[in-house]
Amino acid sequence: MPSLGADMEAGKLVEWLVEPGDAVKRGDIVAVVETQKGAIEIEIFEEGTVHELVADLGQTLPVGAPLAVVLKEGEAPPEAPEPGEAPEPAAESAEAAPEPAKASAPEPTEAAPSGPAPAPRAVAASPAARVRAHELGIDLSTIRGTGPGGVIVMGDLEGQGRPAKKPAGPAEAAPTEKPASPMEEMRKAIAAAMTRAKQTIPHFYLSETIDVHPATEFLADLNADRPPTERVLLGALFVRATAKAAAKVKTMNGHHTDGAFHPSEAVNPGVAVALRGGGLVAPALMDALSLDLDETMAAMRDLVTRARAGRLRGSEMTQGTITVSSLGETGAEAMTGVIFPPQVALVGIGAPHERAWVVDGQVVPRSVVTLTMSADHRVSDGRQVARFIAEFETLIQAPESL
Amino acid sequence: MTDTDYRAAFLEELTRVAPDIDPSTVGDDDHIQDDLELDSMDVLNLVTALHERFGIDIPEPDYPEISTPSRAAAYLARRSG
Repeated sequence: MPSLGADMEAGKLVEWLVEPGDAVKRGDIVAVVETQKGAIEIEIFEEGTVHELVADLGQTLPVGAPLAVVLKEGEAPPEAPEPGEAPEPAAESAEAAPEPAKASAPEPTEAAPSGPAPAPRAVAASPAARVRAHELGIDLSTIRGTGPGGVIVMGDLEGQGRPAKKPAGPAEAAPTEKPASPMEEMRKAIAAAMTRAKQTIPHFYLSETIDVHPATEFLADLNADRPPTERVLLGALFVRATAKAAAKVKTMNGHHTDGAFHPSEAVNPGVAVALRGGGLVAPALMDALSLDLDETMAAMRDLVTRARAGRLRGSEMTQGTITVSSLGETGAEAMTGVIFPPQVALVGIGAPHERAWVVDGQVVPRSVVTLTMSADHRVSDGRQVARFIAEFETLIQAPESL
Repeated sequence: MTDTDYRAAFLEELTRVAPDIDPSTVGDDDHIQDDLELDSMDVLNLVTALHERFGIDIPEPDYPEISTPSRAAAYLARRSG
């Protein structure tokens, strides 16, 4: 069960898209998992043959639990695992959909504190459980973990640190409580991620109001002769400008994990999509630098459609490197956003407003947007953010270059 | 087709773009963005759907013409007629 977000504890397997004997390659979608943020398609990051589906449909599994066994070419099948026994985390062969890139142990450990003390053994706990334990003042070393490999998960903290509350798994809540609706679940997921962001990321902000008249004129011309299916929205220009600016100012693009910033070569802008009826997801537009403007628009359309339909992919949920949150065509003029961890920057763009603007010494009516960059002080300073904004402004004022 | 037919067709496409909207609660003068909370991508999808259904071109400067069910019904009747 891959981690599909910093605060994910568990996911429910709802669909298998492969069966034993199927050949799989990197990027194939192998399963669908129901999470707080809706159904997510799980990709595999290994190549081989599906040997066994370990997890059953309908099963809710903690992050890190194996879903399936995949054998590489020529690899012998492992001995049948004892049912119920927690597998060795650093298992040799490919588990379905491990955490991409950093292939090592499935998710949980935030590793031993690198302090000098010869800590007998780092306590393995899920990030969410770690945060919760901190809030409750619980010493994790006093807790027995029930997650895979003895990892401490949220359920293990029930009844701890607070006066008597009967230990109960999340599944068996008091019968009087209504089960949380998908909307409430999503709200909880947003709350957890945003609280974590504000607790751990020292945010700072820079703003600039930018004339988008050249961009709107450019689009009016471009779209005039196009059928609706080929029209381009201003939002696509913003995503293009963000991707190109992020490629230049590398301290805005990447992940802050394990106490260090890891810049990303690829730019995968997370596009904040408001879900009708409430809620928000910011799936990543993968490798945006390889797309031209039309391709960017097509990819955004696809992303928004799938976000609304609840069919995003695991990689899109976890591999965003910077977020673009645009308020669209109507609404407030500025927004100061919260960074989506483990990213280190968010580009907040207000709705265009008509303003009196000075162009070549003349006051003229112009459509302007206010861009507010939220950045992470562990990684960057005002100077770099200002450079990013300047790049963005230059690009958006020469839209034909996008 | 009467204006009523166009209105019904418009609402059908609208609720296809935004399935959570109950067509019986939509007022004639509800603004699709301000009241019904369509975003620019939804509007583009709606324009695309109307384009395909009625075979009429709806250029961007005409978007305000489909901003409410009553305006849209009149516009579609005029353009299709």
